[in-house]
Amino acid sequence: MADAKVIPFDDDRPRGAAGAGKASGKGSGKSAVRRRGGGLGGSGRRGKGGEPGAAPVREVQPLPVPPPGQRPEPGTRTASAGRGGGWERRVAGGLAFLRRRVTGEYEVDEFGYDEELTDQVLMSLLRPFYETYFRVEVKGVENVPADGGALIVANHSGTLPLDGLMMQVAVHDHHPAGRHLRLLAADLVFMLPVVNELARKAGHTLACAEDAQRLLESGELVGVMPEGFKGIGKPFSERYKLQRFGRGGFVSTALRAGTPIVPCSIVGAEEIYPMIGNAKTVARVLGFPYFPLTPTFPWLGPLGAVPLPTKWTIQFGEPIATDGYPPEAADDPMLMFNLTDQVREQIQHTLYKLLVQRRSVFF
Amino acid sequence: MSRGKRVGREARQGWHGRQALILGKVVLVTGVARQLSGRFVRRIQRDPEVDRVIGVDAVPPAHHLGGADFLQADIRQPTIARVLAEHRVDTVVHMDVSGITPLGGGSRGSVKETNVIGTMQLLGACQKSPSVRRLVVKSSTNVYGAAPRDPAVFSETTPPKSLPSGGFAKDAVEVEGYVRGFARRRPDVAVCVLRFANILGPSADSPLAGYFSLPVLPTVFGYDPRLQFVHEDDVIEVLRIGAHEPERSTMNSGTFNIAGDGVLLLSQCARRLGRPTVPLLLPAVTWAGGALRTLGATDFSPEQIRLLTHGRVVSTTQMRETLGFGPRYTTAGAFADFARSRGPGMLPPQALAGAVDKVAALPFLRGRTHTPSPSNHPSHPPTHSAD
Repeated sequence: MADAKVIPFDDDRPRGAAGAGKASGKGSGKSAVRRRGGGLGGSGRRGKGGEPGAAPVREVQPLPVPPPGQRPEPGTRTASAGRGGGWERRVAGGLAFLRRRVTGEYEVDEFGYDEELTDQVLMSLLRPFYETYFRVEVKGVENVPADGGALIVANHSGTLPLDGLMMQVAVHDHHPAGRHLRLLAADLVFMLPVVNELARKAGHTLACAEDAQRLLESGELVGVMPEGFKGIGKPFSERYKLQRFGRGGFVSTALRAGTPIVPCSIVGAEEIYPMIGNAKTVARVLGFPYFPLTPTFPWLGPLGAVPLPTKWTIQFGEPIATDGYPPEAADDPMLMFNLTDQVREQIQHTLYKLLVQRRSVFF
Repeated sequence: MSRGKRVGREARQGWHGRQALILGKVVLVTGVARQLSGRFVRRIQRDPEVDRVIGVDAVPPAHHLGGADFLQADIRQPTIARVLAEHRVDTVVHMDVSGITPLGGGSRGSVKETNVIGTMQLLGACQKSPSVRRLVVKSSTNVYGAAPRDPAVFSETTPPKSLPSGGFAKDAVEVEGYVRGFARRRPDVAVCVLRFANILGPSADSPLAGYFSLPVLPTVFGYDPRLQFVHEDDVIEVLRIGAHEPERSTMNSGTFNIAGDGVLLLSQCARRLGRPTVPLLLPAVTWAGGALRTLGATDFSPEQIRLLTHGRVVSTTQMRETLGFGPRYTTAGAFADFARSRGPGMLPPQALAGAVDKVAALPFLRGRTHTPSPSNHPSHPPTHSAD
């Protein structure tokens, strides 16, 4: 890959595995994994579902696809862990959960966010992808405020919005306060059956100023990807080149709510589906903004829809305060463009830095 | 136009003087043949500052009106103007805007005519009548429509992304338009438009109540809409607030969303009712809805299907802060009260909870003291959340 050829200048890691991206060097790959396993183990296990039984799994080479049978079920997840007390507590907790679900005695907020279902089921379904498949490394999570509203602005890539979901897991599992990220999603998400139901229950809502402001004012952590379809559906040749950040609506929303903006750079999501073409006619027929053609996708059928197991890094940057501006600043287009550019530059700069530090796409 | 404005200014100047002269209020309520309007008439009759209550409808009500006068008059006819003048009505509560086909079994066309033409006639009569000082209109949150492109929470000022194309929602939008025009022409009249969420309660006869009474609930596959309910008792209370003088530091003219706190998903509703759901693909639901409507089982209109697909949630900040009204029932509480009145379905939640408890009490799990699933689980008792 082109990025791996860049000579790293501020890399503090031991060199040697830099060229191993496409090389068959299994030994170096293994050592990289082992090194990372040491560094990541503590933080990776901090999550609710991070069980001790998964530690040996992380040591071996990641499987291309986690078999569906291995998807953890809440309550019965570590039946083989061998620790009696934990197992029973899990079963009992699972039964209490089941009891609440079948009788409908659980709470959702006005956006349809089902916190219990998200924590117990949806996060547990995403966590294998997060920990084992993409081996996400999180940096600078201390930049996300521990309480109060904040707007996390991230780059968007990868054909399917997996980066948003991984960011949600990252914030939830790594933040000391265990905060929940509320993502703003495109209207297409809320038109598709099943998808809209899951999105609402996972706490996502429509990317519009009303919803964002409402969430921020109630002190929630809101995640937004202002590039939208331009970012997620850009061709592989333009990877890690930030697209236009909409019309900067996210800045004025944060300004109105007086919440800080946390720039977030995600590296690794660009390569999960290298989009080499766009079947525009098919997209128009299906009503999608783009129809990706990857080296595998339509050709290998459903198998082609398996994302490549790239190695991800999510870096949260220094928050940009917005509470120093007067209330009328939200209607000042010049200030909006300046702030938008500042956020964009910071994300782009961090992206380049992370790319330089990256040893390879896959390790 | 200019004459109307002048009349308005004069009337506003003479406001306080007239207030002292007229001791009792004369309240006119439209659509009293319906259960809810009948309850409202009986309730407002007991208020000390109300002198007379006049109920109007095209058909005589089956229920008693608690001593209120009933006048059989069709609001689609100009006779309503004479009623207003004869009885020196000062407060008009317009409750004859409804999505339900009339009791005698009329067509959708006649409902639309009552909603729209009736409102126009009534407003025209109000405009001519100098004694009218207060107008309360029962509208619905249906005016927001339901679409995937809409924000999750509607406030009173949110313009809907897709205007309702027909049915009751379109009637409500048109009615509100005429009411706005009236408020412009008679600025001396305090106009209160109350947009109610889905009204539920023991005697609810709305299409949604009919839907929840089906033994098996057809749902739209892949969608779990968010719903909000308001209890009949709260409806009566908030209509009273609108019909009387505002309390200190509150204002009761304007447009307000009225809904209970909190949100229920359709799946939660079905489980709390104990009724199984049958997810159907959207075209199949439309077809099944049409079939059910033909059979007369329920009024399953296209807008109802849209509601049950995308759901609708409104913000009640204005209701609390400006109108000064706090509903007694939450959404869950109103629904629980409705569920109690309907009786258990095929899968009563108690039975399901009992079954889970039996699994929890199986021998290989017994004897553990920390098992946190005793037979009477304390969290969220469904019936007491209202109080």
